[in-house]
Parts: sequence; C-alpha cells; structure tokens
Amino acid sequence: MENLIALLVAAPLLGAVVLLCGGRRLDKVGHWIGTLLAAVSFGIGVALFADMLGRTAEDRTLTQNLYTWIPVEGFQADMAFQLDQLSMTFVLLISGVGTLIHVYSIGYMEHDERRRRFFGYLNLFVAAMLLLVLADNYLLLYFGWEGVGLASYLLIGFWQHKPSAATAAKKAFLVNRVGDIGLSIAIMLMFTTFGTFAFEPVLASVGETSEGTLTAIGLMLLLAACGKSAQVPLQSWLGDAMEGPTPVSALIHAATMVTAGVYLIVRSAAIFNGAPDAQLVVTVVGAVTLLFGAIVGCAKDDIKKALAGSTMSQIGYMILAAGLGPIGYVFAIMHLVTHGFFKAGLFLGAGSVMHGMNDEVDMRKYGGLRKYMPVTYATFGLGYLAIIGFPGLSGFFSKDMIIEAAFAKGGTEGWILGGVTLLGAGITAFYMTRVMLLTFFGEKRWQPDAGGELPHPHESPKSMTLPMVILALGSVFAGAFFEIGERFLKWLEPVTGYEHGNPPVSAMTVTAATMVVLVIGIAIAWTMYGRKPVPVVAPRGSLLTRAARKDLYQDDFNHVVLVRGGEHLTRSLVYLDHSVVDGVVNGTAASVGGLSGRLRKLQNGYARSYAVSMFGGTVVLIAATLLMRAV
Amino acid sequence: MSTLTSAHSLWTLAAEAPADRIPAPTIEYAQLAPTLIVVGAAVLGILVEAFVPRKSRYYVQVFLTVAALASAFAAVVGLAAGGYASGKAHIAAMGAIAVDGPALFLQGTILLASVVAVFTFAERRLDPAAHGKRVDSFAAQAASVPGSDSEKAAVKAGFTTTEVFPLALFAIAGMLIFPAANDLLTLFIALEVFSLPLYLLCALARRQRLMSQEAAVKYFLLGAFSSAFLLFGIALLYGYAGSVSYAVIADVVDGTVANIDPALASTMGNDALLLIGGALIMTGLLFKVGAVPFHMWTPDVYQGAPTPITGFMAAATKVAAFGALLRLLYVVLPGLRWDWRPVMWAVAIVTMLAGAVIAVTQTDVKRLLAYSSIAHAGFILAGVIATSAEGVQSVLFYLGAYSFVTIGAFAVVTLVRDAGGEATHLSKWAGLGRRSPLTAAVFAVFLLAFAGIPLTSGFTGKFAVFKAAAESGAGVLVVIGVLSSAIAAFFYIRVIVLMFFSEPKADGPTVAVPSPLTMTTIAVGVAVTLALGVAPQYFLELAGQASTFVR
Repeated sequence: MENLIALLVAAPLLGAVVLLCGGRRLDKVGHWIGTLLAAVSFGIGVALFADMLGRTAEDRTLTQNLYTWIPVEGFQADMAFQLDQLSMTFVLLISGVGTLIHVYSIGYMEHDERRRRFFGYLNLFVAAMLLLVLADNYLLLYFGWEGVGLASYLLIGFWQHKPSAATAAKKAFLVNRVGDIGLSIAIMLMFTTFGTFAFEPVLASVGETSEGTLTAIGLMLLLAACGKSAQVPLQSWLGDAMEGPTPVSALIHAATMVTAGVYLIVRSAAIFNGAPDAQLVVTVVGAVTLLFGAIVGCAKDDIKKALAGSTMSQIGYMILAAGLGPIGYVFAIMHLVTHGFFKAGLFLGAGSVMHGMNDEVDMRKYGGLRKYMPVTYATFGLGYLAIIGFPGLSGFFSKDMIIEAAFAKGGTEGWILGGVTLLGAGITAFYMTRVMLLTFFGEKRWQPDAGGELPHPHESPKSMTLPMVILALGSVFAGAFFEIGERFLKWLEPVTGYEHGNPPVSAMTVTAATMVVLVIGIAIAWTMYGRKPVPVVAPRGSLLTRAARKDLYQDDFNHVVLVRGGEHLTRSLVYLDHSVVDGVVNGTAASVGGLSGRLRKLQNGYARSYAVSMFGGTVVLIAATLLMRAV
Repeated sequence: MSTLTSAHSLWTLAAEAPADRIPAPTIEYAQLAPTLIVVGAAVLGILVEAFVPRKSRYYVQVFLTVAALASAFAAVVGLAAGGYASGKAHIAAMGAIAVDGPALFLQGTILLASVVAVFTFAERRLDPAAHGKRVDSFAAQAASVPGSDSEKAAVKAGFTTTEVFPLALFAIAGMLIFPAANDLLTLFIALEVFSLPLYLLCALARRQRLMSQEAAVKYFLLGAFSSAFLLFGIALLYGYAGSVSYAVIADVVDGTVANIDPALASTMGNDALLLIGGALIMTGLLFKVGAVPFHMWTPDVYQGAPTPITGFMAAATKVAAFGALLRLLYVVLPGLRWDWRPVMWAVAIVTMLAGAVIAVTQTDVKRLLAYSSIAHAGFILAGVIATSAEGVQSVLFYLGAYSFVTIGAFAVVTLVRDAGGEATHLSKWAGLGRRSPLTAAVFAVFLLAFAGIPLTSGFTGKFAVFKAAAESGAGVLVVIGVLSSAIAAFFYIRVIVLMFFSEPKADGPTVAVPSPLTMTTIAVGVAVTLALGVAPQYFLELAGQASTFVR
C-alpha cells in the first residue's frame, strides 16, 4: 500500500504539468483533466484510508522512500513520505474538498479564457499541499510549504489585469516570506541541534535537548505558522487575498493552505510540549488573532472579506487549541476539518451569490436573495449554523471542545483563554448573522452595475450547487460523526497524544455559557440588521467600526513601522554604500585603471623595447635565483 | 651476426670487434606513433601542395589534416589504454622522449584542441567571396607584397594559402614532442619545430596584412632571442652535468650520480653553472607561456595574427610550453626547488597581476584576450609551483579546460564582422546581445569561464590550481591569485554588460553565419566548458592518474 503514497502527489502534479505545458489545444478539456486527476488523488486517498482502518493503531503509519533528494555526506534529505493518521486526515480533506472545488470551478470559471491555466494552478496547489502534509522530514515539508505559497501567489493574482489582484498577490508573497524565514531558521536550528531534520529522529530526541533550544525552534515554527495561517502579526495579507477567484478563496484561503500552520504546530507537538514558553506564545497569538479576525469580520461589507476575517478568527481558535498542548491538539485538528467543510461551503456560497449578482461583493447591495437562490440559501444557511456552533452541527462540537480545553488549561491563564474563546463565539454569532441577514433577508438593495444593468439573481448551475450541497452535508454531520463515541479522538490520539483536561467548571456549564453568548450575538445582529432597514451606503459608524473596517489599522501599522523603518534603513545603507563602500571600490577601481593605463604605455609596439624587457627580466630572474642560494 | 663476425674475422685478422662500436639506436615506433603520424601527414601535405591541382588541394589538405590528427589522437588513447600512462611509462627513443602520463595527457589535449582549431582554419564562409571564389582567413598569396599588383592578381585568381595545413601539422608535431622531450637537445629541436611554422602562420592574415606581418616579425625576433637564452642555458647545464639527458642532470643535481669521472667532479661543484643555466632555460619556456616579463610579444602577436591562428596558438602553445616547464621543474630540477620556487612565485604573482591589470584598459577584443591569457598563465604557474601530484593534476586539468575556452572564444571573434573584416574593437560589440543573442550568449559563456564563474570549466580549473597551491603552503600566492581573478572578472563582465545592456550602434557589425566547421568548434568549446564545469570529476581523475612523470 505504501507505494501508493507518491501517487497521491504525482496525480495532481501530472495534471499541473500537462495543463501548464499543454498549450491551447487543451483548452477544451483542461478542466476535466484537472478535476479528474484531483479525483484520482482523492480515490487513492480513500483506498489508503480504508487500508489504514484495517490495521491496529500502532501499525497505521506507512512510509515510502522514493529516493535520496540531497545526497551529501552529513546532510541527507530523502524524498520520503510518511502517512499516519494526521497526514491521512489532511489528505482526505485536501483531496476531497479540493476535488469538490475543482468541480465547482468548472462552472464558476466557465467564461474565463484562461480556465485551463487556472486548473493547472489548482492542481499544482493540491500537489504541493499534499507534499506538505505527506513529507517525512522538515526540509521536504518546506518544499511543499513554498510550493503552496507559489500556487497561492499565482492564484491570488490570477486576474492579473486587475492591479489590485497583482498587488494582493505580491503582498501575500512578501508577508509569507517573513514566515518562511522562520521555517528555514527552525530547520537550520534542528539540523545544528539534532543533525537531521526527519520527523522521527528529531521528535524522538527532543528529551535530550535544552528547553531554550526547543523554545527557539518552537518560536520560529510559530513565526512560520503565523505567515502561512494569517495570524497576528502576519495576518495582513489574507483580506487582500480575496482578490483571487472565489474557488481559490474557498480551497486555499479557507479550507486547506491557511491551516498549514496548525498542521506544522501539531506535527511538531513534541517540540512544543518541551517548550512551555513557546506554547504560551502560541496561545496568545491564537487568542489575539481570534478576536482580531472576529472584530474585522464584523465591520466588513465585502462578503468575502467578512468571511476572510472569520477564517482568521477560526484559525485563531485552532492555533490556540494547538498551543494548549496535548489537551488541545486533537480538537485543533477536529475544528480544522469541520471548518474546512463549512468555511469552504460558505465561500462557495458567497461565490454563487456573486455569480448571480454580477460579481457584486458589497453585502449592502444584496438583500432578500433567499427567494432567488434557494439552494445557495439553504447550503449557506447550514454553513452559517455550523460555524456559529448551533447545537448538533459540526461547529458546535469542535468549537465547544476548544472552549472547554481552554478553560481546562487551568489558573488565570485558563480563565483568560476560556473567556476569549467564549467571547469569540459570541462575536462569531454576531458577524455571521450579519452576513446572513444582509445577504439573504431584508429588502432588495440591488444596485445597477457599471453597465447600468440591475442584477438578475438566479441559482447557479449544477456543477456549482452540487459541491455546495456536499459541503453543507459535511457541515451538518461531520461534527456529530466525529464526536459520537469519540471517534476522532481515538483516531488521532496515537499521533498527537491526548490528555483529558478538567475545566474548573463543568462541561455542561461551558456549553450553556456558549449558548448564551451565541444567543446574545444573534440578538444584537438581529437588532442592528434584521429589524431596521439597512442603508446601502455604510454609515460612518463608531470609532471601533471604522478601525475594524480598516483592518484595525494593520496596514497603517505595517506601513509606519516596517515600510518607513525599512525605507530609512535602506536609505542609510544606500548612503553608507555610496559614500564608504563605493568610495573604496571606486577608489580601487580607479587606481587599478590608472595603473593599467600606465603599464599599458610600456607596450609601445617596438620589438627592441620588448627585447630589453626580456633581457632585464632574465637578468632579474638569474639574479634572484643566485640570491636565493646566497641567502 | 656471430657467423658474420666470425667470417669477417677470417680475412681481416681482427680478433675482436671494436669495443667502442656505436650501438645501433632502437626506436620504439609504436610508442612514438602520435608524433610520427602527424609528421608523416605534414610531409604528405607538402607533397599535396606540389602535386595536387589547386582546385582540390583545400579538400585534400583538410581531410589529410583532420584524419592525421584524429588517428594521432587514437594512437594516444591506445597508448594510454595500453598502460603507458602509468605502469609501462618509460623513456623511448634512446632517452630522448618520455612516454608517460603527463606527456600522453598533454599530447591528447593538444591533438583535440588542434582538431577544433583546424576547423576554424578551414572556415570559408565568413569572408565575402573574392571574385566568386570562397576564401578563408589567410592571405591569397603570402609572398606577394601587400597592396601590390601581384597580390591583386592572386586575389582575383582566387588563390588560397592551403600551406597553412602542413605548417600547422609541423607545429603540432613539435608541440607533441615538446612536453615529452626528455633531453635538452630534443627540447630545443621541438621548440624550433613548432615555433618556426607559427611565425609563418602569424604572417598569413588575409586582411590587415601589414599588421600581420609586423606581428610575425616581432614574434620571430623575440622568439629567436628567447631561443638563444634557452640554448645558452642548455650549454651551461651541459657544462655542469656533462650530459643533456634529464635523468643524468637530475642525478647530478641531487648528488646521487653513480660514477663521477674527473671532468664531472670538477664542474658539478659549480652551482653558478647550474643556477644560471636553469634560470636561462626557464626564461625560454616562460617566454613561450607568455609570463611577465617575457609577455610583451603576446598582445601584438595575438592581435596581428589571423584569428584562427591566434586561437590555436593561445591554446596549443600554452599546453606544450607548460608541459615542458612542468617536466623541467619536476624531473630535471626538483632538487633545486628551494631555489626556483621563490623565483617562480614572484613570476606567478607579477604575471597574474600584470595580466589582469593591463587588460582593464584594453579596447580591442583580441588584445583583451591576449592579456587574459597572460593572467591565466599566472594562474597555471600557481599550480606548477605546488610541486605535488595535485599540482600536476590541476595544471593538466586547467590546460585542457583553458584550451577549449580559448579556441571557442577566438572562433566567436571571427564571426563578428563589418566591412573591414573582423570587428575587434570593443565599442563595436555594444548591444551585440540584442542583435545576435545566441552569439553573445555563447561568448558570455566563454567569458564567464575565463572569469572562473562556477558551473564553467574555468571555475573548476582555478579551484584546482589554487587548492594545490594552498596545500603546498603558497597561501599568499592564492590570495593574490583570487584578487587578480577579481580584477580580471571586471573586464570579462564588462564585455558581457557591453553586449547585453548597451544600445546597439546603427553601423554596428553583423554576425556572419559560419559553416558547420566553425559551429562545431564553438559547440565543442561550449560543451567542454560546461561539462568540465558541471561534472568535472571524471576529467580531474583522469588528470590525476596522468600526473606521474617517468624519470
């Protein structure tokens, strides 16, 4: 079975190569090739999953060593894969949701003349992401990590004719670069500390390593996770990344790639377990982002940006859970999976709405769409109920577990983290209700588009609604399926480890409190957006609203601190370069040139002076030889 | 033989054969095959000139030359495969010629380089056809005075100097013997055998004939001057050791000579003879490799000679001369190394620096390459100084790598032309990359190899010689070598910048489309440059196996 692992990556990679190199003659069938190969990958994933279920828990890890990637003495990197329960979970999520989104894109990108290329990039992304989660060492993981970064860059900027898309792609690329530096430093630290970067030896020899080193590695890994998963302080790119086509936002910027940071932390659990300080920072980052994203999500009128804020916030939950240690790892992943379902579904719903509304993204110009787009309304609605944690749906179970675990952390820390997650749940209920109300309820606030045409909302084609329906089913049932009999816990525990945390209050109390804040959040949203008509032009709003609309001034902060600071630094360096370095260099060059010019005059073209030079040279040579003897 | 002797004695009454009868020399023809093939072909070439009609001479000559070089190379490979490069290495031809690893390696290098160089000799598509006849880079009739009526008549008749092929073969034969010469007289004769044809070849340019002839005269005068030094050195060494044989001289220098007769006893204590003699021979060889201060001829001759000859000379002469220098220093004078090493140190440093520095202000691409070849001679000397097997290995590798880069680079120079023939002034090369990206890119590869940029053979070669030098304790030399490389990189990169980042001039030169001959030369040059840069291991090992001299 283990020989199939490479095929998981190879199938979409083949698709990417064929589609990107195939040229125009594949334009007609390109999307089918791309979708088929993603589905092949999913099929192999399911086969491997079935095989894995047939084994005992200890026997479930498969490895496949393709070849030695970098064969240098003392530095060996293998092109080797490791498929355990954690990787398996990701493989199914990536290839499953990935396939659905391929199907959705067939309809969504129908009128785009570069559709073949789009599917090539999507395949490339799926291949890179699978490589990331299947790698058996950090270097190969890094390869996949950069691969998804590349695919993300290409897809955000897919509509390259729009300057905003090009800028957004560049921004995502640059911000991710900061995080990638963290990952590369972490890998270098691992190599100097452990002499290797394969998961197994690194994670096994953590016990013999000082806490300081582990903290350093952990913080660098966290930096990497912050970049990829859009966590504070590297969160600023995700909102702009919504410039990409909506299926991209659904697949890459909601369900899969942005959760790579969570995977990295959970995969490196042993390192974080040995570094409590790093874990504390992880939880702080998670908690801050959780609130940050939620607040931003409340103020955005752009439906995709509101969902992007929500994504940030939900990943904050996962990071926070991962920072809690063994009491949280399983729940971080569980929330990741359920979030993959409902957030992808929500994004696809948003895409479907935009599809029907002439690509309008401002929710203030929607309203009353439930009658016109019943399937979208139903699936979006189920996704909405799942994300706010409506009892019985996916989000309810996974989020509740994280809130409980946060309280169970214990001490003041536990109370604070628990409080934040609870507050986050309330805000989530608020902003998601807001999105729901603005889009599907209330009066029609449709505005003519640039061509002066009023939109004629209509339901999207089958290829788009089918994936939405499947994802909605996942949003409804996945949580319960995982939770009943603690299936998910038992499945993942052998890899991540698990400790049962005891919250200071009973689990029932926590659930009840969650329900209370949920109701409060919905009620506030209803009061603000359901009861009274919504103005088409956004009111000025309170100070907080205005701040949140500007992403809590994150770009301004970056501009002032990083861009300006960087400019000053480069300016002074340029000055130094001009005055000192160039001075030395140019001085040397000038003196070499001057010397050259003078020596050149010796070459006067007269054979007689050449002969004199030879004679003189010979005399000197003989004299020197004799002198050597004399000395 | 014995019956003959006895029968003889019946009627001469001489009881014994004379004791001091001169033994008949034995010649190992098979082991000398590479040289003999080339000499034979050269002689045949002269007969071709005499008897084959003018129309078909060119084809016969090209075929004969290439076939001779190829079979000579096959003979070298055969000898090497037969173990003559290692276990069976020995001195052939009564002590005159060594058949050993370095000799065979260098002969192979010279032959391969010569083949590709001969392709550029045979190129007939670059120069515009004169009166409907295709012509090459060589004068229509070398003997006619430039600008005279007889020259015009020769051009009109479509004459070409097909004598270049036998001349080149003679030169190559001399070069094959030069690094293998195992006594001083053979060394001298080899030197003259390859020098004289080169002087002639230099004078044969079709265009700018006066400059070409001036270059040839200068080369001849200075070459004769240096030969005189060499010959004087040979005389002094003979006076010191009583023999011209490398092995005997080496024994005398080491003090391990077996039977000392009174004459030897009286001279071998005289170190002045030895030191001055050795220094004079080194002078002669340093002249041929173009080391400072014996380099002055190089730029003038490189510029004046027909460009295919320049490429051939720059590559093959350097290989042969460094081979002879290596053998002299490693076989004859190793006992003297504490005396010659510091001197060679100084020569290497001055050569590297002067070559690199003066090249900075050159404006003619051929002169630029001439100074570059001087700087490279300095780098190779750094490897010679190492006095270790690694040193020999690195020098052998460097010579092989450098030959192909050089011939390739000069072959590219022949392509860039304007109304006056080759456009060698650098200002005319501005923007070449815009107009002829492929030609400019190929030239850039060669320049990067000259500069020693990784993934080219130049890097591997430089790395090898500097490594060998550093391991032998010549750290200072290596530092200066690297600094010179940095200076040298400036002017190589400057040409690349000029080609790719300057606006092309309106009346700039055109790039002629050559025949497959020159294309082969350039393609081989690029292929070898990249192959030795990307995967040098095999060739380094080959050079390593060939690095032991027989004594």
